[in-house]
Amino acid sequence: MDGFKTAEQMAAEQREISVAEFFEKNRHLLGFDNPSKSVLTVVKEAIDNSLDACEEAGILPEITIKIRQLETDDRFKISVQDNGPGMPAKQIPMAFGKLLYGSKFYKMRQSRGQQGIGISAALLYSQLTTGKPATIRSRTDAKHKIVEFQLRMNTAKNEPTVVKEGEYEGSFPDTGVYVEMELEGKYRKGRQSVDEFIKQTAVANPVAKIVYYAPDGEKVTYSRATDKLPKKAKSILPHPHGVELGVFERMSKNTKSRTVTAFLSNDFSRVSSQSAREFCKLSKVSPDTDPKKLEPHDIEKLWRTIQAAKIMKPPLDCLSPIGEDVLEKAIKKDLNAEFVAAITRPPEVYRGNPFGIEVCIGYGGGLPLNEAGEMIRIANRVPLLYEPSSCAIMKAMKTIDWGHYKLQHENKLPFGPIVVLVHLYSTWIPYTSESKEAVDAYPEILKEIRLALQDCLRKIGKYLAGQRRRQMESKRQSLFEKYIPEFAYTMEKLTGEKKEKIETDLKKLLHKEGLKVEEDVGKEQRKE
Amino acid sequence: MSEKNSAKSNIEKMGHGLLKEIREGKNPSVDVPIRALSNIKFNPTTRMIEMGLNKAKRFFFNVAHVRSFVQTMEAAATARELIEMDKHLSLRQVFYRMKRTIPGTEMNIVDEQEESNKAIEDLELIVDSPREKLHINANKNGSVAGKVIIEDHGDTIDWSKLGSGGWSIPSNVEDIKFKKVNAKFIIYMEKAAEWESMHEHRVWEKQDCVIMASQGQATRGVRRLLQRLSLEFNLPVYILVDGDPWGMYIYSVLKYGSISLAHMSESLTIPNAKMLGMTADDVTKYNLKRHIIKFKDIDKSRLKQLKGYDWFKSKEWQTELGKWEKLGGKVELAALTANGISFMAEKYLPDKIKNKDWLD
Repeated sequence: MDGFKTAEQMAAEQREISVAEFFEKNRHLLGFDNPSKSVLTVVKEAIDNSLDACEEAGILPEITIKIRQLETDDRFKISVQDNGPGMPAKQIPMAFGKLLYGSKFYKMRQSRGQQGIGISAALLYSQLTTGKPATIRSRTDAKHKIVEFQLRMNTAKNEPTVVKEGEYEGSFPDTGVYVEMELEGKYRKGRQSVDEFIKQTAVANPVAKIVYYAPDGEKVTYSRATDKLPKKAKSILPHPHGVELGVFERMSKNTKSRTVTAFLSNDFSRVSSQSAREFCKLSKVSPDTDPKKLEPHDIEKLWRTIQAAKIMKPPLDCLSPIGEDVLEKAIKKDLNAEFVAAITRPPEVYRGNPFGIEVCIGYGGGLPLNEAGEMIRIANRVPLLYEPSSCAIMKAMKTIDWGHYKLQHENKLPFGPIVVLVHLYSTWIPYTSESKEAVDAYPEILKEIRLALQDCLRKIGKYLAGQRRRQMESKRQSLFEKYIPEFAYTMEKLTGEKKEKIETDLKKLLHKEGLKVEEDVGKEQRKE
Repeated sequence: MSEKNSAKSNIEKMGHGLLKEIREGKNPSVDVPIRALSNIKFNPTTRMIEMGLNKAKRFFFNVAHVRSFVQTMEAAATARELIEMDKHLSLRQVFYRMKRTIPGTEMNIVDEQEESNKAIEDLELIVDSPREKLHINANKNGSVAGKVIIEDHGDTIDWSKLGSGGWSIPSNVEDIKFKKVNAKFIIYMEKAAEWESMHEHRVWEKQDCVIMASQGQATRGVRRLLQRLSLEFNLPVYILVDGDPWGMYIYSVLKYGSISLAHMSESLTIPNAKMLGMTADDVTKYNLKRHIIKFKDIDKSRLKQLKGYDWFKSKEWQTELGKWEKLGGKVELAALTANGISFMAEKYLPDKIKNKDWLD
């Protein structure tokens, strides 16, 4: 046995990698790197779909999530019911049973869809870990029957397999989708738990009513902070400064335009046909060439010319923030904060992509006193729970001088009864990696986060100063209230006057305005 | 009106003053003379540390004052009760009497004896009566021996016939009557150890003197007894302390008074006290250089402080303090034993007195 292989042997070993194998090798990119995160990812994909569908259809979302632990310790049944528009029966197998179905290409719009790989990955994970099909129910009209599918995925072909199709007779909203899957996982509490994810989702989507049945039997209801659906985010064409060379090349091959000039002015925002011709001239490319026939070096020259050129900023009205009032209400309600302040900064641009920052800070009330403050990172209304340290939002937070705003802090982050929410909304969120857990630290983004935090902290600082004054005063009062009976008692011993009478007189004095106290004189007392 | 009654009536006067302020809707307050270096003066004529006129107003309705204010009132109520019952308590006992938890809180009126002690000292100043007159006894800590006969509460006591312990000095010596005093001078020692050794050598018999000691800073009873003997029988007082800033300060307190008891200097100081030793010159003269214990930082800064006090400003004392700075360490009285078991009693002491080898 010499251990070497022939070319034939090697070729024989090469075969098409199945979807399942691809999944197994890349599960960390898809959000299934560990059992507890897998539970979270399944819930996240289902909720994303539900919220997107409701928003699209103009329906106030009402979502019920149930997670049940099955007899086998590491088995869970997860179900998500929404009241969205529902899904036509014929579309269901493809939408749930085929990976990368209907993914959005070249559509620049602020949307959740950019997150994760979709519900079909969740189905695949469920199938791989339990071998069970997923159950999908849907109704698109109150007058229609409820359809029910049991779906599997043919992993060799990346095609859905319908195990069973029928009607469902149980209770169901007028319209909506119900998804149920069994999977291997783990349920944990804490900062990266599914509980936390659902709470943060409720805060980031204050228009949704979310009911959550946790595995430990607890039922949590997040009510709406607003009845107004968010302003619809508009699609815009990609800005040339936000397009990488590879994407630019692919776009040139896929375009419907017949000339380079038309391609540049039709497929990108802020490029007029006049400036398109100018770019061609500078790159020594004939403006009438068919873009599909451009040579690679011409494409690169053209791209470089465009990157170096001054181009007007992309339109900024395409974005949809959560809004200051609604954020404040949500933080007050869902995190039980006593004081809240929110700031929505006007949109800015990084690398041709419009983006905006919102910050909401909650303080006091039911927030825990002796723990690090809670940092909530949201990107296009989706909470980010993992990889905080590589995220631009955390990096920006660590540059803030929290002490300056009279806040306790530890390891450069606030400590005590405080929650800080940062929402980054953009047509394109620059994630640091495919797992989409952290935002890249573009200087423009860092700067905006800092400015928003500082704006918000100024409000909090003012509130805290007032609160401290009130606390001091009440502390002062209660101090004297404790000493008054003692003083009255000794006074009775010294003078024979009834202590009750002295107590009453002293209490009157305590609340008397303008009593000469000379608090500042106190410092030198009993110093030797 | 007897003095005791004046203490009681002063306390009551203070109480009624406070009551009046409360009725008039004013913040109840007392005036306390300030017991700090800033409010004392060394009077070169009387050669005494005297209290200045600065007073601090202490209010009940003041976050920084209220605790000590109530402590002082508590001390006043206790003192009034003691005077009325004609009973005495020690500082420690008064501390326990004042130490109570305020109902419904976790606060005590006093937590440490230091607090009740200060409350009592403040009360002394407010009602202008020493604590003896408030029926609160200072700590008792001191021994005396000599050819002296006294009468104390009906008992006749001969200081020369009390065995190895000597007479133990009570905290209040006001009522002691001297029946017979057969002494030419008094020796006061900083430490009980030296006193015991002198007593064993019967120095008081051999040299016709009184030997007295406390432990560390002299208590009020000891100081008053020293003063009475010295004034009433015109006896010089010789002081023996360790050769360090703390010893020198003990000497200065006996002679001129202290900062915290500046208001009582008149009844406690002994202007004709002399510092017999340990002087810087003794260190050379008696070959004690090898017994120098190096000063710590705290000793050095205390030495510097002493140099700044008005009552150490004489040329003689500035030179002495300078010499100690140069020596850079302290020498204890006990070091004399290196020159012989009886060296201190039989050589050092008689020589120094005979040669008038002291500092004034």
